[in-house]
Amino acid sequence: MTRFLVRRLLLTIPVLLGVATLVFSLIHLVPGDPVQAMLGDSATPQDMAELRGRLGFDRPLYVQYAAFLTGVGTLNLGTSLRTNQPVTRAIAERLPATFELAFSAMLVATVIAIPLGIIAAVWAGTRVDHAATTLALLGISIPNFWLGPLMAIVFSVTLGWLPVSGRGTAAHLVLPAITLGAPLAAVLARMTRASVIEELRELYVLAARARGASRARAVLRHAFRNSLIPIVTVLGLQFGAVLTGAVITETIFAWPGVGRLLIQSISFRDYPLVQGCILLIAVTYVGMNLLTDVVYGFLDPRIRVE
Amino acid sequence: MLRAGAAIVLLTALAAILGPMLTRFDPAAQDLALRLAGPSLAHPFGLDELGRDILARVLAGARISLIVGLTVVSVSASVGTLLGAMAGYFGGAIDEVISRMVDVLLAFPGLLLAIALVAVLGPSLGHVLFALTLIGWVGYARLVRGQVLRAREFEYVQAARAAGARTPRILWTHVVPTALPAVVVQATLGMAGAIIGEAALSFLGLGVQPPTPSWGTMLNGGRAHLLDAPHLTIFPGLAIALLVLGLNFLGDGLRDATDPKSH
Repeated sequence: MTRFLVRRLLLTIPVLLGVATLVFSLIHLVPGDPVQAMLGDSATPQDMAELRGRLGFDRPLYVQYAAFLTGVGTLNLGTSLRTNQPVTRAIAERLPATFELAFSAMLVATVIAIPLGIIAAVWAGTRVDHAATTLALLGISIPNFWLGPLMAIVFSVTLGWLPVSGRGTAAHLVLPAITLGAPLAAVLARMTRASVIEELRELYVLAARARGASRARAVLRHAFRNSLIPIVTVLGLQFGAVLTGAVITETIFAWPGVGRLLIQSISFRDYPLVQGCILLIAVTYVGMNLLTDVVYGFLDPRIRVE
Repeated sequence: MLRAGAAIVLLTALAAILGPMLTRFDPAAQDLALRLAGPSLAHPFGLDELGRDILARVLAGARISLIVGLTVVSVSASVGTLLGAMAGYFGGAIDEVISRMVDVLLAFPGLLLAIALVAVLGPSLGHVLFALTLIGWVGYARLVRGQVLRAREFEYVQAARAAGARTPRILWTHVVPTALPAVVVQATLGMAGAIIGEAALSFLGLGVQPPTPSWGTMLNGGRAHLLDAPHLTIFPGLAIALLVLGLNFLGDGLRDATDPKSH
């Protein structure tokens, strides 16, 4: 297990370095002069020289790159151009809101998807299965930037049951969590269905039934338990999609998280903050994938050997 | 599922092509006196915040969506297939370079890299196409690399090599075709992804810019009128969901038809 863990950790280092390099180069992809783009056309030469010095753009590229990597290593990603607040602090302030939303969405997805997937698998090929499969495909096809406003129209505007935006009470969390969780629920339901169908074909399920276990017990205690590994893996791997979805969901519901901060910084051309948000989301995603792999390796010894 | 998907996609393509014949209104023409008016006989989808006919704009938006889907899928599938085939067939340093590039690009979840790229390059349809293609080719490359690694060991491929066939010929006529069914399935689902991607970027104000009628831009415009004119949100969203559902049906149907395990 230790060898597997070390090897997996070592494999992550070049990926993280690649991510940091790509995020570093983003600011240099700005067409024309990035400093001019950040300050606008009315900026004086003095303002531009001052910002160029502050961002280190007057130094050679390799020095800037080394400084950026050092900054990433020491969690010093510069300061926001708009608020002068350190980027890491601005992100840290918003992080709890994003994690609250992301984990609530995953909870919503799990609660909807697992029963749906099991029902579809047990009644595979019947109308129940077709209905569940179509529902899941609908969940994948309906974009969250439509589902969110649609639910706001129904539950906030028409019925007046839930607040349309902001964060504070549990009621504020309901619509954003469902909006963000629905596509994940759809993917998870499909995975659960496929995984449970595969397990139901195994002889140990037949053996359990032969020993007198009820159908429900054979499905839930035997087949479903064994199909949990791929389901948990998908849940872990989908965390990235949830984080990207959070950018849109937070924008729709004015949820004060990192995703909304990213979109706000883009509109203000606050590139250090944009870089910080992108880096944080990508690194969290890589970390979550690593964790999923490690947990998978821990649960299934075959993965460690491979 | 396959037929339903094909029918939806075909109908959308027809609507995009015949759009101007299906409505007598110009998608850019404004009638400010009727701004935000709800659906009526004359305007079945109602009018938007500038008094423009939403049906005409949804039909025009279908063109943008299909252009985005087709462009992103054709370029990223070609590039991804070529690079994946090279990585799988040659192995060694070529495989290392391509695979590391794939690893780094896959380290960015979904649309995040596209959001980042369009944020720095500036909002435009061209930049959206570039960003979606840059994140799109990776999936094809990984898929084709895996298929080619398997196909490389097939006896008929080794026989072709022994008979003196040159590498490009072996790749093109013997190896790549084995990966094509999987690429076609991925392309169908990838088209749905590209269409959602463009709409998401436009919804965030980073994609197609007004007054060009993209479904995402229309949804973005509708956000300010959720209370007084929900039809601004309902119809463009319905169009996206329907086309994406059609493509997902088609992709799933094609996968079932080409995957022997599903029979």
